[in-house]
Amino acid sequence: MSATLDYLVRHRGEILGWFGWHAWLSAVPVAIGLALALPLGWWARRSRYARTPLIAAAGVLYTIPSLALFVLLPVVLGTRILDPVNVIAALTVYTVALLVRVVADGLAAVPDDVEQSATAMGYGSLQRLLAVELPIAVPVIVAGLRVAAVSNVSLVSVSALLGVPQLGQLFTNGFQLFRTEPIVLGILGCLLLAAIFDGLIVLAGRLLTPWRSAARVT
Amino acid sequence: MIGDVVGWLTDPAHWSGVDGIPTHLFEHVWYSLLAVVVAAAIALPLGLLIGHTGRGTFVVAGLANGLRALPTLGLLILFVILLSPHITGTLVYLLPSEIVLVLLAVPPILTSTYAGVQNVPPAVRDAAEGMGMTGFRVLTRVELPCALPLLLSGVRAATLQCIATATVAAYVSLGGFGRYVVDGLAQRDFPQMAAGAVLVAGLALVADALLVLLERLTVSPGVSGRFGEPAGAGGSGRVRGMSRMVQRFLPLRTNLSRQETS
Repeated sequence: MSATLDYLVRHRGEILGWFGWHAWLSAVPVAIGLALALPLGWWARRSRYARTPLIAAAGVLYTIPSLALFVLLPVVLGTRILDPVNVIAALTVYTVALLVRVVADGLAAVPDDVEQSATAMGYGSLQRLLAVELPIAVPVIVAGLRVAAVSNVSLVSVSALLGVPQLGQLFTNGFQLFRTEPIVLGILGCLLLAAIFDGLIVLAGRLLTPWRSAARVT
Repeated sequence: MIGDVVGWLTDPAHWSGVDGIPTHLFEHVWYSLLAVVVAAAIALPLGLLIGHTGRGTFVVAGLANGLRALPTLGLLILFVILLSPHITGTLVYLLPSEIVLVLLAVPPILTSTYAGVQNVPPAVRDAAEGMGMTGFRVLTRVELPCALPLLLSGVRAATLQCIATATVAAYVSLGGFGRYVVDGLAQRDFPQMAAGAVLVAGLALVADALLVLLERLTVSPGVSGRFGEPAGAGGSGRVRGMSRMVQRFLPLRTNLSRQETS
C-alpha cells in the first residue's frame, strides 16, 4: 500500500496529466456521440425504413472489438495510425451505435395520449419534439449515456497499446517494470473517473427532469 | 493502404505455419470459447437461482455495473504480474488471461439470466403453479424457456467481450489474432496490424451471427413472438425490445412493472 502511495507521489505530475487526457478522450466522444445520435434516433423512430438499417448498422459497429477499431479507423479516415484522434473517432462510433437505439426507444416510450395532447394544444412537430417528447425521454437517454460514458473510460485505456497518452500508460509501464503499483493506480484512476462521469450524468438527468424528484417526494 | 492489407491477407505465406492465420484463429476461438463455457457454468445456475428466489439481486447488479468500469487491459496485466511467478510451463500467460476472461464474461451472463427469470410475468408463473408444477419444474419448464432470449443476449455480450479482451491479451504474450496487431506495431508493419484488426472484427461478427442463429433455433416461437404477439416473457409493452444493457439503468422500469402487476 505504501509503495503504491509512494509511486503516486513520485509520479504525481505525470499521472495527473494522464488523468486529464483520459477524461478528455472519454468525454469528447460522449458529447459528439449524443449530438449525432439525437437526430439519428429521431429519424429511426420516425421512419420504419430508416429504423431497420440504422439499428442493424449500430449492432454491427458495436460488435467490432475496440483494439481492431482503433487500428482500422485510420485506414478508413486517412489519419495517422497512432493519432489520438482515432481513439476519439472510434469511441464516438461506439457511443453513436449505442445511443441511436436508446434515443429511438426513449422517444417511442412517450405515451400516445401525451403526444396527442401536445398536438391538440397547438404544438408543431419540432416544437413538440423539443418541449414534450425529448424531456420525457430524458431518463432513458440518461441511462444510455451512463453505459456509454462508463464503458468509454475502460475502452480508452486499451489505446495505451498504441502509445496514446492516458491512464492506460500506467498498465504498460507496470508490465515493463513488472510491478503492480502503477497498475493498481491506473485501475483506481479509471474507477474514479468513471464514478465522476456517472455522477455528473445522473445529476444532469435530475436537473433536466425536476418533475421526477417532485413526484418522488410525494 | 487498403491494397496493402488485402495483399497481406491474400499472401499464401500468412496462411500456414505457427504464425499463420489458421493457427491464430484456432487459438483465438479456443481462448474465447473456453472462457465463455466456464463463465456460463458459473453464471447460469447462479443466475437462475437468484432470479427464481429473488435474493441477492441488488448485490449482483451493483457488482456487474462496477465491473463495466474496470479497465480490461489493467486487469489482464495485474493478474499476469500477480500469478505468473507461481505458475510454470506453458500456462504462465494463458492461465492469468483465462481467469480475467472468465471474470469479464460472468457478469453479463449472470445479470441477463436473473433479469430474464425475473421478467417472466407473474401470471405465467402463477399459472404454472396452479397447474401443479413444483418450484424446480416451474424453473426448468417455464421460467428458463421464457428467459432464454435475454439469457442468450447475455451470452452474446460475454462472447464479444472475450473475443475483444483475448485480442488485447496478445500484449501479455497470448496467441490469437491480437498477435498480428501487437507484433505489427512492434515491427512498424502497419498492413499486418490492420490485417489483424480485420480478422478480429470478422471473427466477432461471425461469432455474433452464429449466436443469433442459435437463438433462432432454441427460443420457442411462442416466446420470441415470431407467431404474432409474444405470449410470455415480453415484459412491459413500453420498454420491450429496449437494449437490455440500458434497461438495467432505468429507474422508470421498476415503476412500470409494479403498475402492471398490481
